[in-house]
Amino acid sequence: MRFFAVFLSLAMFGAAKWPAEHAISAAHRSEHFRALNFDLGLREQIGQMGFVAALSGFRSLIADVLFIQTHVAWERTDWGRILVLFRQITTLQPREILFWDMAAWHMAWNAGTAALNDSTQPRLALRIKAQREYFQLGKDFLERGIRNNPERPQLYEALARLYRDKYKDHEHAAEFFGKAAGLPGAPSYAKRFAAYELSHCEGREREAYDRLHALYIVSENERLPTLLSRLKHLEITLDVPLDQRIPDLPR
Amino acid sequence: MNSPGHRAFSFGRIAAITANTLTELTRLKIFHVVLLFALLLIGSSIFMSQFTFQQEFQVLKDVALGSMSLFTSLLAVVATARLLPQDLDDRTLYTILAKPVPRFEYLVGKLAGVLLLLALSVIIMSALFLIALNVREQIVLHETMRQMSASPPEQMAEALRAVSASAFDMNLFPGIAIIYAKACLLASLTLFVSTFATTSIFTTVVMVFIYFIGHLQAIARESWLQSNSVGWLTRVFLAFVTLLFPDLQLFNLVDDIVVGTAIPLALFAKTAALGFFYTGFYLLLAWTVFYRKEL
Repeated sequence: MRFFAVFLSLAMFGAAKWPAEHAISAAHRSEHFRALNFDLGLREQIGQMGFVAALSGFRSLIADVLFIQTHVAWERTDWGRILVLFRQITTLQPREILFWDMAAWHMAWNAGTAALNDSTQPRLALRIKAQREYFQLGKDFLERGIRNNPERPQLYEALARLYRDKYKDHEHAAEFFGKAAGLPGAPSYAKRFAAYELSHCEGREREAYDRLHALYIVSENERLPTLLSRLKHLEITLDVPLDQRIPDLPR
Repeated sequence: MNSPGHRAFSFGRIAAITANTLTELTRLKIFHVVLLFALLLIGSSIFMSQFTFQQEFQVLKDVALGSMSLFTSLLAVVATARLLPQDLDDRTLYTILAKPVPRFEYLVGKLAGVLLLLALSVIIMSALFLIALNVREQIVLHETMRQMSASPPEQMAEALRAVSASAFDMNLFPGIAIIYAKACLLASLTLFVSTFATTSIFTTVVMVFIYFIGHLQAIARESWLQSNSVGWLTRVFLAFVTLLFPDLQLFNLVDDIVVGTAIPLALFAKTAALGFFYTGFYLLLAWTVFYRKEL
């Protein structure tokens, strides 16, 4: 009888508390807490033990352990292992900017360079193809990172750097530096970098000139050597009247 | 019949049982080992941080808060599971209950002793963690200043600000409070289980299962509410899990707090309140079982 009473109390309490639990759970998700979905895909990626540990509230710790393993793999230049590990890490901790950034850096910069200088592959075309595939992997990490952290500027900036340094795609680089600059907590140089990249885009010289000139006027701290040289270059390209030009650069 | 000077409920009696329980628990070797292990782990996180370059604070916070969560949960279960069986073995329980001490007061005193022990552990671990974090921060700040000594002052100030911002975050405190709320819930639930369990081992094993089921409860609840394709038997099982077990995933916020996700005050208050509400409810249940238990 007492057992039945206790069981009934538990069930009644459960019925009373689940709407509250559900509401708090929904509020957590809307505030970007517990963004991870515990499904079969995750279990296949991190293994049974890792899955159980992640379920028990230690996913951040597991992500860190795996991150340390990437250093070991990096020392061995085992790019395939690094890719697998970073996929697991970013699945476990999708809100950590650094993991996405590091994953992209390893793929697009380190693995990409290693692929281009691969002495076991005599054909240059295939080495370049492999390098482009690593660039794509890096880009994919950053794009997924942005989807998981749309309100943070760091990954927009990292993607802009990837477009600028690896793809030489100044238009996209300008777009993503601009997006980074528009977000709270963006570094002060993001806006300047967006204008620099725009100044390399054919047909958008006037827009780039206006932005760079605005920066030139706003503060003396913005008058850095690159900004001055890009402005000078655009003044010549756009044939800006002499009286509207900035003073010549000191030689 | 009670004597004229006897009160039905006395904070003094509860305080005496609490103080006694706390003293007993602090003498436990298992408590010392667990605490030492926790401290060692937090200390080792300083060493581990040497392996990484950009994310040393991240690793430090993850390891410290993860171990804090693990050890407070362990401590809550292990310390509470042995309370009643130990008192029965020592015959202390009979001595106490032979006096005019209501069983509810006895349970409240015992649980309060564990909660006090957990609070002390959390405070000690938090203090060590913050000291470790501060030491690492000072080292990194010093290194940054040395490396950027030739840079313009604004750039150096921006770099130092970035280091400080990534080290200490006020949101760590609500995160630690939620860890404590979860430990309180587990302690109270363990007390409830131990009122009908025969041995502390049985209680501990049951609690390990409850711990895992509690972390899966949210998935069961979502499936129960959303899935229409599963059979009625599965739905009954999911409802059973949802209704009978606490959702422990609600108390796992530190994973996201360490990566900079801010917890709004209202949400923190709701989560903490749910934890303490659970603690109270399981205490009442424990009393219901213990009230007429044959001793």
